[in-house]
Amino acid sequence: MTAPLTITVNGQPRTVAASPWRRLLDVLREDLGLTGTKEGCGEGECGACTVLLDGAPVCSCLVVAGQADGRAVTTVEGLADGPLLHAVQRELVARGGAQCGICTPGIAVCAAAVVDAGACKGGDARAQVRELLAGNICRCTGYQLIVDAIVAAAADVERGQP
Amino acid sequence: MTAYLRPTDDAHAIALRAAHADYLVLAGGTDLLVAAHHKPVPVGILDIAGRFAGITVDAAGARIGAGTSWRAIATSAELAATWPILPAAAREVGALQIQTRGTIGGNLATSSPVGDGLPVLLALDATIHLASVRGARTVPYHQFCTGYRTTALGADELITAVTVPRPAPGTYLGWRKVGTRAAQSISKVMAACALEIVDGRIATARFGVGAVAARPIRAAAAEAAATGQPPTAAVAAAVAAALRHDITPIDDVRSTAAYRLEVAGNLLARFVTNAGRTQG
Ligand SMILES: Cc1cc2nc3c(=O)[nH]c(=O)nc-3n(C[C@H](O)[C@H](O)[C@H](O)COP(=O)(O)OP(=O)(O)OC[C@H]3O[C@@H](n4cnc5c(N)ncnc54)[C@H](O)[C@@H]3O)c2cc1C
Ligand code: FES
Ligand code: FES
Repeated sequence: MTAPLTITVNGQPRTVAASPWRRLLDVLREDLGLTGTKEGCGEGECGACTVLLDGAPVCSCLVVAGQADGRAVTTVEGLADGPLLHAVQRELVARGGAQCGICTPGIAVCAAAVVDAGACKGGDARAQVRELLAGNICRCTGYQLIVDAIVAAAADVERGQP
Repeated sequence: MTAYLRPTDDAHAIALRAAHADYLVLAGGTDLLVAAHHKPVPVGILDIAGRFAGITVDAAGARIGAGTSWRAIATSAELAATWPILPAAAREVGALQIQTRGTIGGNLATSSPVGDGLPVLLALDATIHLASVRGARTVPYHQFCTGYRTTALGADELITAVTVPRPAPGTYLGWRKVGTRAAQSISKVMAACALEIVDGRIATARFGVGAVAARPIRAAAAEAAATGQPPTAAVAAAVAAALRHDITPIDDVRSTAAYRLEVAGNLLARFVTNAGRTQG
């Protein structure tokens, strides 16, 4: 009955037989086995489920499968280029920007999008990070090391360091 | 099994709306899809995300398509130049992920008393553009919200756009949202104003206030207290006092009626004194 949906996930076209009403979050985790994307609240508040839909950061708990049909989705599994981590991932690791790790995939995806768009640099870089990442809640770190990592990643990307 | 339709253009969306009255109209989904997995499964989805989108500015004013995202409004230099309170309000909707998906049309259709776009559109004297297969029509925004989460939108209609006129020269525009934290928090109180100052007096005043009544409202008594008066501290106090006749705030999980009354009055008073200050 269900018309199959085709979603380009991390560069690969994937066909799934899912109801168009199924949450993109569940399609990714349960149908495609990409469990990097986390569910915190299921209500758009926490950002743990952040993925890129056609390059823009969205909460995958607030997108249904039908809306992703024919579109490109990037999850945390698709941020690295083979063994080479995205600058945001590398700096989160280097600076200890993760503790329990539940928020980390969402933070990495959202931060990668804003850093790749050229934001979070210059004199008010920390304030920009605080504003643009305000939809990603972390209950462990107190945010300082996360902000440090994203500001450092933005500087890396500006210098042309992958 | 839920049917899913994605119109190919705006006219197609309007035709599909008429043909499938029982389908869920889905734009950004940031209101509709909250805890979607616990909600009843719809018969069908009419996905209008990306339709009716875009901002155009001309001599008369700005036209913002209903499907324009808060992020597009937040980052519009053209809106910032003439209607800075629109991008300012957009930047305070939810957070980046919500702004990316959420649309001004969805905010208008949901018509929550705490919708952030709504007081701003009241202050800017916006017009809502609606369309169905029966034709297009416009409704002044202050007549669009009819009650608690109810609007003038017909069952077969879609919101296509909202237009705002250019403010008269010398108009002070203000916006302020008061909540628990800057991001993701539903407002306790919010207010916006357009105060046109001519020869040192407030010639026209529009105050839009949210979270203080069943729907976002224009504060008629406060506007009357400001009109024709100079933007002084005394007039500011009179405006705050008059606001008591306009609003019916409640106690709820986010705040108390007494707090909302006090803070809403303070916001309007601050607008008046700020308008006076910009006069030099
Ligand atoms: C975490 C979170 C934080 C939020 N924070 C805020 C906030 O700070 N301030 C605020 O104001 N809101 C906030 N919201 C609510 C929401 O983001 C906004 O109301 C948004 O503008 C809704 O737009 P949408 O396109 O996502 O609507 P949808 O959820 O797609 O639709 C909402 C309603 O509008 C109807 N609709 C949509 N477009 C049209 C149209 N063109 N014609 C007719 N009907 C239409 C739908 O049928 C539905 O009934 C928040 C939501 C979440 C999840
Ligand atoms: S799970 Fe999607 S925002 Fe919390
Ligand atoms: S590291 Fe535990 S929630 Fe952020």
